[in-house]
Amino acid sequence: MTINIHSLPGPENIIRRQLDNGITVLIRTNPDSPSIYLNGFYNGGSIFDPAGQLGLADFTALALMRGSQQHNFQELYDLLETAGASLSFDAAVHNARFAGRALAEDLPLLLNLLAECLIQPAFPPEQLEILRAQLFTGLTMRNQDTGSMAALRFEELLYGSHPYSRPVEGHLETLPHIQRDDLIDFHQKYYGPRGMTIVIVGSIDPEAAFALVQQALGSWHNPAQIDMLEAATLPAFPAQTIRQHVELPGKSQCDLIIGWFGPMRNSPDYLPLSVGNNILGQFGMMGRIGSSVREKAGLAYYASTSLGASLMGGSWLVAAGVNPTNLERAIDLILVELERFTKETVSDEELNDSKANFTGRLPMAFESNAGVASGLWNIERYQLGLDYYQLYPQRIAAINAEQILETTRRYLDPQRLVIVDAGTNAGGMA
Amino acid sequence: MFQMTNLTETTLENGLTVFLKEIHTAPLISHWIWYRVGSRDEVPGKTGVSHWVEHMLFKGTPRFPSTDLDKMISRVGGSWNAYTYLDWTAFFEKLPADQIDLALDLESDRMQHCTFDPEEVESERTVIISEREGHENSPYFRLDEAMQQQSFDRHPYRNEVIGEKADLHTLTRDDLYNHYRTYYTPGNAVLAIAGDFDTQTMLAKIEKYYAKLPSGPQPPRPAQLEAPLTQERRVEVTGPEDTILLSLSYRAPDANQPDFFTLTILDSLLSGPSSLNMFGGGSISNKTSRLYRALVEQGLAVAASGGMRATTHPFLYDLNLVLPPGSDPEPALQAVDEQIQRLQNERVSQDDIQRALKQARALFAYGSENISNQGFWMGYANMFGKYDWFLNYVSELEKVTPEMILQAAQTWLNPARRVVGIYLPENGTGAA
Repeated sequence: MTINIHSLPGPENIIRRQLDNGITVLIRTNPDSPSIYLNGFYNGGSIFDPAGQLGLADFTALALMRGSQQHNFQELYDLLETAGASLSFDAAVHNARFAGRALAEDLPLLLNLLAECLIQPAFPPEQLEILRAQLFTGLTMRNQDTGSMAALRFEELLYGSHPYSRPVEGHLETLPHIQRDDLIDFHQKYYGPRGMTIVIVGSIDPEAAFALVQQALGSWHNPAQIDMLEAATLPAFPAQTIRQHVELPGKSQCDLIIGWFGPMRNSPDYLPLSVGNNILGQFGMMGRIGSSVREKAGLAYYASTSLGASLMGGSWLVAAGVNPTNLERAIDLILVELERFTKETVSDEELNDSKANFTGRLPMAFESNAGVASGLWNIERYQLGLDYYQLYPQRIAAINAEQILETTRRYLDPQRLVIVDAGTNAGGMA
Repeated sequence: MFQMTNLTETTLENGLTVFLKEIHTAPLISHWIWYRVGSRDEVPGKTGVSHWVEHMLFKGTPRFPSTDLDKMISRVGGSWNAYTYLDWTAFFEKLPADQIDLALDLESDRMQHCTFDPEEVESERTVIISEREGHENSPYFRLDEAMQQQSFDRHPYRNEVIGEKADLHTLTRDDLYNHYRTYYTPGNAVLAIAGDFDTQTMLAKIEKYYAKLPSGPQPPRPAQLEAPLTQERRVEVTGPEDTILLSLSYRAPDANQPDFFTLTILDSLLSGPSSLNMFGGGSISNKTSRLYRALVEQGLAVAASGGMRATTHPFLYDLNLVLPPGSDPEPALQAVDEQIQRLQNERVSQDDIQRALKQARALFAYGSENISNQGFWMGYANMFGKYDWFLNYVSELEKVTPEMILQAAQTWLNPARRVVGIYLPENGTGAA
């Protein structure tokens, strides 16, 4: 199987430029598509949330489209929906984000709406209360969802006092403490062009698209903008395994998470761990974990692993949904696999299979405009280099079994895990 | 053989219908095999059998044992999955273009040669029960299941595709195997392949892999059409959550009735545009829809949505609302009814229809960017109609007039034909 490297995003087909105000623009043309997809990120993530106002960054981002200085809520959405276009904002930990889609002819409309919501939101009080009711309901539902609550408790236990332990969407208790003035203040302090990136993919002439971005966002300045905090180091990992149960009444199934720290996204450990993670809980029918828990024991519909990596670190975890009566058996089976994964090198067959999988699926990831935009986002967010995807096959090819074992051992100690389950009387320790 | 630009349609001697579409924008091929079998073909006591059979196809054949199957796909960077629905079961592979023989070989083999090993049937039983228990954790599923059962008295559309839990405990290996042998035949299947290939070469490959399979008899269709409800039904489901949901299910036209398109436009105005695409293609928000304005902006609900599925027999048109914790569902229901009465009493404007059309065209364009969606549509449209259904979709929507919407609202949104479902906290209306 051969891959045409130049069909992948790379320096010769990505236009990357910076506006004078600091906004980075990445564009890739796809003449075969009648539409365009855009996404991007900017300063204003939940890392800035004050402790008593968790959810402030997300509330602010979600409120941007509730009305601007130019258009009220209904006018904004009338423009968008009449064009069959979409645009939305939300917050993540390190940044706030946006994404939108339109027919190519409507790119100017999309960029103008993006700019006016981002730069001149009105935060109309009556719309903020509608949004608050929506957030309140969402948090109520989250608090009674086994998967969400297992993840929430897991992150609290894993990250301790680090900002990664806090949910971007906040809590039912913090939501009432967020007022309109807080949103205005948050917007003034943190929103600005510095550190912002916008990615556009679709049937557009790059020069014309760049000019449109310049026109919409080029005049934005915020001298008061406060940039991201210094990187906080992750806390020390627990000296021994921590186990907790979150009780939620009336649930048929419990959600289980077993996890530990993951790498920073731009760490040299990331790719060997990714290949290792694939072998452990993704390849084929969810890797070794899926084979043990689902295929052989029939204990779960899903049992797989995921490797999360961000700017300051991440998490590496196993997640499974099991009947409460099978919980302990599932945990035991998973622990056996984790133990083995830190003791023995993976087999040549497993290694070669996963490497072939990573290389083979690369072109598939770029089938759609949204897929390409997601790749460009990663390149810019984690400073991976414009040639990242073109060099990817050879970097994957260079990974060996000893390297996976050595790297895994630096992250995974089966005696020091965070184990959380959420469900009904699941038998775990409360 | 029918050919237009890059599309080819043909039927093999054993009855297998084949659709091919050349698309050369990315070096990949999307392979789909669709079977006309789903929960519609199940009888009481055997619900969930179609979905379970789908799972068993991943347990392999003598030539492709289960231990190798996933690896073969993953090794080349491919992805695969399968879906079971009311009328159909579909299996797909997305592979690098030069690896397509793997999908052709594998799918043609497992159409008739799966072993259904008794031990694997048993281990899959607990996996499927676990899948169902995952669904049961969700208030949406519990309400949906109760409403579907109220919406039909006999028609198998009353059952969730995953099946009733009691049936999942009692279905046998032979139930599964008989269902498989009855419905997994070339004459009951549609093969749809889209992507980076040469049509003549692909036709030769299809002949090589699929033509040898015996056609098999016409499978039985036990489902009998059922008249719409004549009196509104109400169903209340309670649970431990503080969640309050309000849903309305109206008996809808099947995909081949002209009113299907009329209701599609009507729904776009009432609850917002929705897409039938399966793989991405994005969505358009519904903030200017009538229900959002009348309910969410007024504080009666926090979210509103609606939609219809394209089916062979008349299924349901659903409206779904999420209400704030602690609220009373009655005023929300009244507000929905006011909007429905408005559609029954006042003609919508031509501008409203034009707007819905532009939204439909945009969703169509977004979806067609994805090669897997193109393969999906060639098979999917054949499960309830012909591929023309897809090709003519936008032009059928263009025929809809304000008068047709008025008539459709009066006919299909008659309250006597609906089920109203409410999900409430066990302890009353919740503690807000």
